[in-house]
Amino acid sequence: MHFHKRPSWDKYKDCDVTPEQVFNDRRRILKQMGFVGASALLSSNANAGIFDLFGDKKDKSQFLRSDLPHTKNTQYDSVLNGVLTPESKVITHNNFYEFGTAKSDPSENAQGFNVEPWKLVVDGLVDNPLTLDYDDLLKLFALEERTHLLRCVEAWSMVIPWVGFPLAALLKKAGVKNKATHVAFETLFEPEQMPGQKSRLMGGGIHYPYVEGLTMAEAMNDLSFLSVGLYGKTLPPQNGAPIRLVVPWKYGFKSIKSIVRIRVTDRQPPTSWNQLASNEYGFYANVNPEVDHPRWSQATERRIGEGGLFSAKRINTQAFNGYGEQVADIYKGMDLKRYF
Amino acid sequence: MRLTTKHLFWLKTVIHLVAIFPIGYLIFLVLTNGAGGDPVQFIIHYTGIGALNTLVVLLMVSPLARKFKQGILIQTRRMLGLYIFAYASLHIMAFVSLDLLFEWSLFLQEVVKRPYIVVGMICYLILIALSITSLKSLKRKMGKRWQQLHNLVYLLALLAPIHFYWSVKSEVIEPSIYILVICFLLLLRLGLSAKLSQSLSWLKLRLNM
Repeated sequence: MHFHKRPSWDKYKDCDVTPEQVFNDRRRILKQMGFVGASALLSSNANAGIFDLFGDKKDKSQFLRSDLPHTKNTQYDSVLNGVLTPESKVITHNNFYEFGTAKSDPSENAQGFNVEPWKLVVDGLVDNPLTLDYDDLLKLFALEERTHLLRCVEAWSMVIPWVGFPLAALLKKAGVKNKATHVAFETLFEPEQMPGQKSRLMGGGIHYPYVEGLTMAEAMNDLSFLSVGLYGKTLPPQNGAPIRLVVPWKYGFKSIKSIVRIRVTDRQPPTSWNQLASNEYGFYANVNPEVDHPRWSQATERRIGEGGLFSAKRINTQAFNGYGEQVADIYKGMDLKRYF
Repeated sequence: MRLTTKHLFWLKTVIHLVAIFPIGYLIFLVLTNGAGGDPVQFIIHYTGIGALNTLVVLLMVSPLARKFKQGILIQTRRMLGLYIFAYASLHIMAFVSLDLLFEWSLFLQEVVKRPYIVVGMICYLILIALSITSLKSLKRKMGKRWQQLHNLVYLLALLAPIHFYWSVKSEVIEPSIYILVICFLLLLRLGLSAKLSQSLSWLKLRLNM
């Protein structure tokens, strides 16, 4: 077996921050081998057969990322309570069920993802509906870097330097009509490119396309950010290339990836996890240590930082993920236990 | 052909190798970043699946032994059971050490709070009891009660895949397959087919058909 074969994309390695990437098909091999001969039971998201174990590996080149010119916005850095999560971890530990449900699946399965051409439509209750192409995403607005906490609903968290622009800037450009109350987001639906949309087994039973939503007050808050990059470079597909939402005071699943449509509306839009299990995932999904997930506690989180397996820390989760000063006003008078 | 003790020796050797190999492979994956940037959930899932797969193999032993009239196969059950215990132990150790980072108070809270962990803990208690009493001397001492106790393996077989099903966020297909396969193996064990044909013939007699 060729476990030690150097992947063809190794030449793109970024000497300090990006250590050796996941070798693409290890996990697939693992699934096919199974354990004590019960491989038939294991998930067969194997688009490859058992013969791949012995045959030549497919040549999987790494998705190419380019440098993004940007300024630094350190305005929210006081919220940060820990060091940056290394880039290598940020781009190999992802929840993006369109590319498989395991954390390492997206980085393995998304490298061939096509972001050019891209079309992002902004429509609904706006004065000037917009259609942005790939270049527009990177050039229409001045890009800034902001480091934010990302708190997953599964109780792990990261610290990530995003590059992008405020959602409000885009909405202002489109001109939101007065009666608008909500903003709806939609991820690309293209089963040919996103294997999880093709196979229920691989896609974890979500109804695709993935959809998310914010209230207008949330969307217009300066914290709501459209990210086109991380660690100074364009986003890799597993993190939501070419453009994704970052709403750091909410659980990670609200930060929808690979967006193709932003629709301004006058009613609360459906959201994917809420549709799947409304008792477990609410529309608001604000980070809240007081409101447990029905099947686990949200009081603490495992912070993924630098170092090896035993270096992670268990820290207390903060209300609004620490961003209360910026967003708590939006929810004044609301029962956050009910509107979780 | 009837399998001999020599065959059994080789079969056990193969079982040992096949059961231990995944652990080495897991270590290799983690050390080479093959299990993702933060392999904690990967390790927990991997060892849990290891226990579950071994359980499926264990449940296949006696139907196979019966079908092919190879009673000697029954002697592989003890080692398979102990491997389930070993994988389950690694599973729990990974959860406590890597995910909870030895916060025991949190562990106690979570065990109570998360129903699927309660189910998992019941499974583990059963495994502890069965592993300890798998000692030959204890088996002799316990007499009839040994079998009664070890029938708990059926409860384990039902609860373990439920624990898996309950723990996932939405990807229920894989655990559902385990539930179905294990139910099938349990039904086989009940000798359902034999009983069914018996009751059918009884019915036919009654109805004069």
